[in-house]
Amino acid sequence: MHKRVIFNDKLLPYLLLAPQIAVTVVFFFLPAGQAVLYSLYIQDAFGHDWQFVWFENFEVVLTDRDYLDTVWRTILFSGAVTFVSMGSALILAVMADKHIRGATVYKTLIVWPYAVAPAVAAVLWYFIFHPSIGFASKGLVALGVNWDWKLDGGQAMAIVVLAASWKQVSYNFLFFLAGLQSIPKSVLEAASIDGAGSTRRFWTIVFPLLSPTTFFLLVVNVVYAFFDTFGTIHALTQGGPGKATETLIYKVYSDGVQNLDLGSSSAQSVILMLIVVALTAIQFRYVERKVHY
Amino acid sequence: MISRRHLLSAAAGLALVASASAASAQQRVQIDFWHGLTQPLGGMLEQIAADFNASQQRYQVNATFRGAYPETMVAAIAAYRAGNAPHIVQMFEVGTATMMAARGAIVPVQDLMAEAGMAFNPNDYIASVRGYYSLPNGVLVSMPFNSSTSILFWNKEHFRRAGLNPEQPPRTWAETREFATKLKAAGLNCPLTTAWPTWTQFEQFSAIHDVPLATKSNGLGGMDAQLRINSPLHVRHVQTLVDMQKEGTFRYGGRDGAADALMASGECSMIHASSGLRARLLRELPGGVANLGAGFLPFYDDHIREPKNSIIGGASFWVMQKPGRTREEFRGVAEFFRYIGRPEVVAKWHTDTGFLPITQAGFEMVQRTNFYQQNPGADVPARQMLRTPTTENSMGLRLGNMPEIRVVIQEELERALQGQQTAKQAMDRAVERGNTILRNFERANRGAATRG
Repeated sequence: MHKRVIFNDKLLPYLLLAPQIAVTVVFFFLPAGQAVLYSLYIQDAFGHDWQFVWFENFEVVLTDRDYLDTVWRTILFSGAVTFVSMGSALILAVMADKHIRGATVYKTLIVWPYAVAPAVAAVLWYFIFHPSIGFASKGLVALGVNWDWKLDGGQAMAIVVLAASWKQVSYNFLFFLAGLQSIPKSVLEAASIDGAGSTRRFWTIVFPLLSPTTFFLLVVNVVYAFFDTFGTIHALTQGGPGKATETLIYKVYSDGVQNLDLGSSSAQSVILMLIVVALTAIQFRYVERKVHY
Repeated sequence: MISRRHLLSAAAGLALVASASAASAQQRVQIDFWHGLTQPLGGMLEQIAADFNASQQRYQVNATFRGAYPETMVAAIAAYRAGNAPHIVQMFEVGTATMMAARGAIVPVQDLMAEAGMAFNPNDYIASVRGYYSLPNGVLVSMPFNSSTSILFWNKEHFRRAGLNPEQPPRTWAETREFATKLKAAGLNCPLTTAWPTWTQFEQFSAIHDVPLATKSNGLGGMDAQLRINSPLHVRHVQTLVDMQKEGTFRYGGRDGAADALMASGECSMIHASSGLRARLLRELPGGVANLGAGFLPFYDDHIREPKNSIIGGASFWVMQKPGRTREEFRGVAEFFRYIGRPEVVAKWHTDTGFLPITQAGFEMVQRTNFYQQNPGADVPARQMLRTPTTENSMGLRLGNMPEIRVVIQEELERALQGQQTAKQAMDRAVERGNTILRNFERANRGAATRG
């Protein structure tokens, strides 16, 4: 009875949904559909000549040595970013969870970097570690390190990982802190009475109880490292030196926007789309069920 | 209170100025012109557009900076696809093949001038410039403007500190290394660097040594060219750079024009760069003009006794098509082109910036003044460009997707400099990847190939 009164207009729910659907269609379905379409063609930069080639673009991409190198590099990069940002966030959260003076100030400061735009954060790191003018570089050179990440791929990767992780620490910190605060104090007190030290309490009680948070963050961070680090890489290294810091998302940009090879770039986008779908599916399937308490 | 009143009157004044210029702008035909020159060159180019606007009442050329050359090119192509191309776009020389293949997107300059009924003789332009921007049948496609070539700049003060003759640049690569070693011994930690690594160390290098960069006359003879940069001479040269970098006598300054800053700040002693860098060095280099030397690029004297002419770089202006573009707009573009081809404009651009005097009349005009006597070294680019008759290897190049190939060569060079691969491996890999890019271009432009 009530329902009929509220939804007597069949159009209304659709109208209410329309803005959201329109935004999704315009900003997601249309571009995604276009990417799928483009991935089946070879075309010139100006869009004059179109040749339908079935899956040739995919075949070329998946057999390209550079592309496979980029896949491994992206996995390495994402692993490093996830590990560094989650690891340091967990340490900070555990410390902030203790009863210390000025804890609020401390927490606010840690959350701050999240408000900085990725490109701006990257530029800050760029100046700190610039081979000729950065103060951190001067320190490293004084320590005898041959510091030149414009040429040394390993160093360039380290800088990009650092800049990308720094951004994400705040986010992880918030979730870990919330997770820590929801752990029942009585369990920890009981363990203390049984004589468990703080390290032991952490590994046997806190860490397992945090596992839903950890797993959620793991997925979020991997997705972040895969897809949201473009600005950081672009501002810092543009994928160089060589291809030392080129990730999958950056390669889509450089092949499509810079090299104007839209077929290959679209094929790579479609592959990335499949990866996101897989990651999301994993998250939905396992995030609530498989993590034990 | 006073400051607020000041502000108010200033705001009112601004509004007046804005509405006045908007009114006069509305009556004029608007011409959009995208360029890719950073300061101070960009400002000088915008000044030329402003001078043109002041010289007549009908047209208004709006020159705007759209990022460096590669970005401007990409922006113009994206705008074309969206049906929104500017009237004129400045495109660097390696974008030439891509633009030429895009019939329908561009209007050849010679057709534009004929359509506008304007007298225009491509032969006014010097041969090496004209040839670079002409179709095989001789039709000039884009409007030459800022052509440069690569030369050596050196810091005379640094040479003095190292006990070298400040007026005497190294002539060969052996001398370059010897000089660089002395500079390093004198405590200068960047004896040599290079801007535009692919352009100076491969494209110019091949031309002056008379070796092919690619088959088919470096691509001028057809789209099916193959790269040839894994020749023994190229490999040897990469090895030289790798060795010099290890011993600290060469410093890799980054891709594209990144190394320019190292010279301008007074950090590096020698640079192989665009002759157009002169304007910036005169402004920024500590010591100014008295401290700046300009000379020819070095060569391997056991390979060639008399090095050939270097080739051009820089950019030209392309006229772009878009739906609904009027004859009157094209007429305005033609008027602007006639203006920038005037001898006094060409001469001023050359003397202000260090780019080449691209018309014979402009060059003669400068020669009649005592500019070259007062500015030693300013004639080096033109002399190096014109020192020998061109050969098949020193006419220029026209390779599809060349910007992408340049990046590939830079990447492989960087990997060699990092010690991840040998010089030979780097060049083999660059050839392999570059040829794939060339074949992709050939394939994507199959229509253009049969049309052209």
